[in-house]
Amino acid sequence: MIDKTFIDKCKNIFGPENVLTDKAELISYSYDATPGIPREIPGVVVFPENTKQVQELVILARQTKTPIYPRGAGTSLSGGPVPLSKGVVIGFQRMNRIIEIDPDNLTATVQPGVVVAELNNAVAKYGLLYPPDPGSMATATVGGTVAENAGGLRGLKYGVTKHYIMGMEVVMPTGEIFRFGGKTVKNVTAYDFTHLFVGSEGTLGIVTEIICKLIPAPKYRKSMIAFFSKLEDAGKTVTDIVRNHVIPATLEIMDKVTIQTVENYAKVGLPTDVEALLLIEVDGMGQDSVLWEAEKCVEIIKQNNGTYKIAETDAERDSLWAARRAALPALAQVKPATILEDATVPRTKLVDMLVAVQNIAKKYNLMIGTFGHAGDGNLHPTLLVDPMNKEEMERVHKAVDEIFEVALSLGGTLSGEHGIGVAKLKYLKNEIGRSGIETMRRIKQALDPDNILNPGKLVPMED
Amino acid sequence: MPATAAKTVFDDVETLKRELIRCMKCGNCMSACPIYNVEKKESSVARGKIALGEAILDDKINIDDEILVKLIFNCLVCKSCMMACPSGVRFDRIILGLRAAIARKKGIPFVKKALFGLLKNPELFDKGMKAFAAMQGFFLTKEGEKARAPRGFLRQFGKRFDKDFVLPELSKESFRDRVSEVIDVENSQATAVFFTGCSVNYFYPDVGEDLLFVLRKNKVKSITPKQQNCCGMPVMVHGDIETARELAKKNLDIFEKTAGQYIVTVCGSCGSALKHEYPIILEGTEYEEKAKKWAERVYDISTFLLKVIKFEPPKGKVELKVTYHDSCHLKKSMKVFNEPRQLLKMIPGVTLVEMKKPDACCGSGGSYHLTHADTALKIAKAKVEDIKATGADAVCTGCPACMMELFEGLHRWQGDCKVLHTVNLLAQAYKKEEG
Repeated sequence: MIDKTFIDKCKNIFGPENVLTDKAELISYSYDATPGIPREIPGVVVFPENTKQVQELVILARQTKTPIYPRGAGTSLSGGPVPLSKGVVIGFQRMNRIIEIDPDNLTATVQPGVVVAELNNAVAKYGLLYPPDPGSMATATVGGTVAENAGGLRGLKYGVTKHYIMGMEVVMPTGEIFRFGGKTVKNVTAYDFTHLFVGSEGTLGIVTEIICKLIPAPKYRKSMIAFFSKLEDAGKTVTDIVRNHVIPATLEIMDKVTIQTVENYAKVGLPTDVEALLLIEVDGMGQDSVLWEAEKCVEIIKQNNGTYKIAETDAERDSLWAARRAALPALAQVKPATILEDATVPRTKLVDMLVAVQNIAKKYNLMIGTFGHAGDGNLHPTLLVDPMNKEEMERVHKAVDEIFEVALSLGGTLSGEHGIGVAKLKYLKNEIGRSGIETMRRIKQALDPDNILNPGKLVPMED
Repeated sequence: MPATAAKTVFDDVETLKRELIRCMKCGNCMSACPIYNVEKKESSVARGKIALGEAILDDKINIDDEILVKLIFNCLVCKSCMMACPSGVRFDRIILGLRAAIARKKGIPFVKKALFGLLKNPELFDKGMKAFAAMQGFFLTKEGEKARAPRGFLRQFGKRFDKDFVLPELSKESFRDRVSEVIDVENSQATAVFFTGCSVNYFYPDVGEDLLFVLRKNKVKSITPKQQNCCGMPVMVHGDIETARELAKKNLDIFEKTAGQYIVTVCGSCGSALKHEYPIILEGTEYEEKAKKWAERVYDISTFLLKVIKFEPPKGKVELKVTYHDSCHLKKSMKVFNEPRQLLKMIPGVTLVEMKKPDACCGSGGSYHLTHADTALKIAKAKVEDIKATGADAVCTGCPACMMELFEGLHRWQGDCKVLHTVNLLAQAYKKEEG
């Protein structure tokens, strides 16, 4: 598979400085940010700088039947870039040029290695915004977030990655270069390839250029935090806000376990006797409409027996957000490790899901803190674990199985924003059924007949 | 160390497990790491090095693997990653623990051993530095005012010593030789022990003198123990924990003798060593309590002036546009970043303009800039460009190691900007006030 000839050819294609072969270097490409999945050390790591190099690698890999694992910054939470069958990791961190920002067409054309936050810094100069904002945006690459169809905190109002990709260039597993889409708002030519490749987790093609859609950055915003002594009241507030036609940019929830842990760790002044808190931020281009939306939210909070604080200054806004930002760090302090899930349910089932997670925590005697994007039903039950405790880990696995079972029974989905990868492969059939699996296999086989692109991910090739 | 003492991460690599396990591989450290930002590969950043630590413990790779050793030493120990880490991974302990384990297995290379041995013997070290100062003309040519550049034959010792390399002139008389050990003041409001650090003692005696002047102006009695040693940071980062422990113990004994109320530092790294590293490396030894006691009394000069004593702001005017560079150890380890800015703003005539990323590392990392010239120069260049973009007349900082790096960088990339320590400016303002 990977021998001296293969490596020599890689060095010819990429230049020796862009090829890693030492074991110590390769070890640090054996993982992503997913806990509890197998690790494997790749045979070689290469860093392309242009599309042609990617194409040459694919042709070489195809001839030698070598698996290819595309990788952005490796912050994914489902195992996407892990080189399960060794093979070659193609790291895009050095192919990171912003090719063009076109403020009149509201687009940015980028190479896949551009970091999401850096793209946003660059377009901010034009008063524009690239909305997808996964928690890892300071590190994650546009290519990686496209492959995983990453979401973020602004999902409710602004959608996720798939809503902001207008076209791309892809090196196909057969070695062809395929460009589709463009800068036009309307484009119904051919199949909708954007929606095929976004979220394909590197299994159908290697993305080498991306046209992103930009929007004018909202000029005004208003943040508030609300506390509830009944979970049901918090849940009703979420649905009532949307029912009243206010779509907040951010509508986050934290449960009791998370609140208490945050307060205990960060001392940000949260009441510890409440069942849930909501962090709400409305934004927009007009001051009046933003104020109207904020007032509407306050009205609904009051109707649902909530207490609230509203931020009048940027400093006050920061202090409200401090609680949300501290959620994961605080939970992470309690036990040596955390397992962060992203089961997602329809907005109206939010409370059912939260209660179910609390019951599962009790049943398996585990500590689970739940926070997440209440507005889009995307919760992050966070299991606090000690990986060295085998008996506990068994309970953890059972609890995770049950969390997914409940999410599906409530009409939800296995993954709101992390993807399937290897982590959730075994549950896939439960959501899309036999026919879904078969359809996925047929698509995979049609585009990647040799199964060399990120094999073992997303598509279960064997039963 | 005594046989009864608990094993620490510096003595037994197995104890690193509980530190490594906290890393959930989220990758947030990548956005903060100056080395990753230049090299763009996983082994450059904390997460990658933690994976290497795990591989060592899992017997997947040998601790003396040549490339692994190289990668573990490719870290500035700037602690930027720790600021970005959501799960509180103590990467400083991990990286130093791994280096200590490597040093135990491979030994410390001959040249370093000789140098570190010298540090343990302050008289010999002092003589060596003075001899070097006297002979510096042999190695270094004069390069403008108070600057020296290496002569051609030195270039064979690494590409760092190219034609643009400069360093400040070594002082012929060390700082501690110049000043009296005790400077009393009338109606003193406090007594401070001045821990000078080696850079002030040999390269920047003016910073030391200005510090003593500022203390005097604020009615603080100073004690500058002549026999104080290197803080130990330079040897610790190379994995020589034993030498670091010895230096720490000697320094603590000296502090005990002085009976000072406070220790004042002007170097982020020295301050960080006394305040944070001593209690860690002396954990489980008979010096543990002493280390903790003195750690609580250590203050950077800016915190000391603003939070500990009654500060008398200078009235003299210094017309200067200044930008401030955060030393990594001062900000990320000692958590001091507001106070120096507050001080600068209190000097009449000084306008403070912030550069783009004031807390981005300057690339010095003690000896990192000599051992990893390629990466360090790229880090330094970005810093210098950010400084130049402010149009400031001077860049102020709280660490002599940063001062050297910035001085060299500004010379190399033609920045028309002076490098000063915050106390230099304070002293200037007091002197103006005196007229």
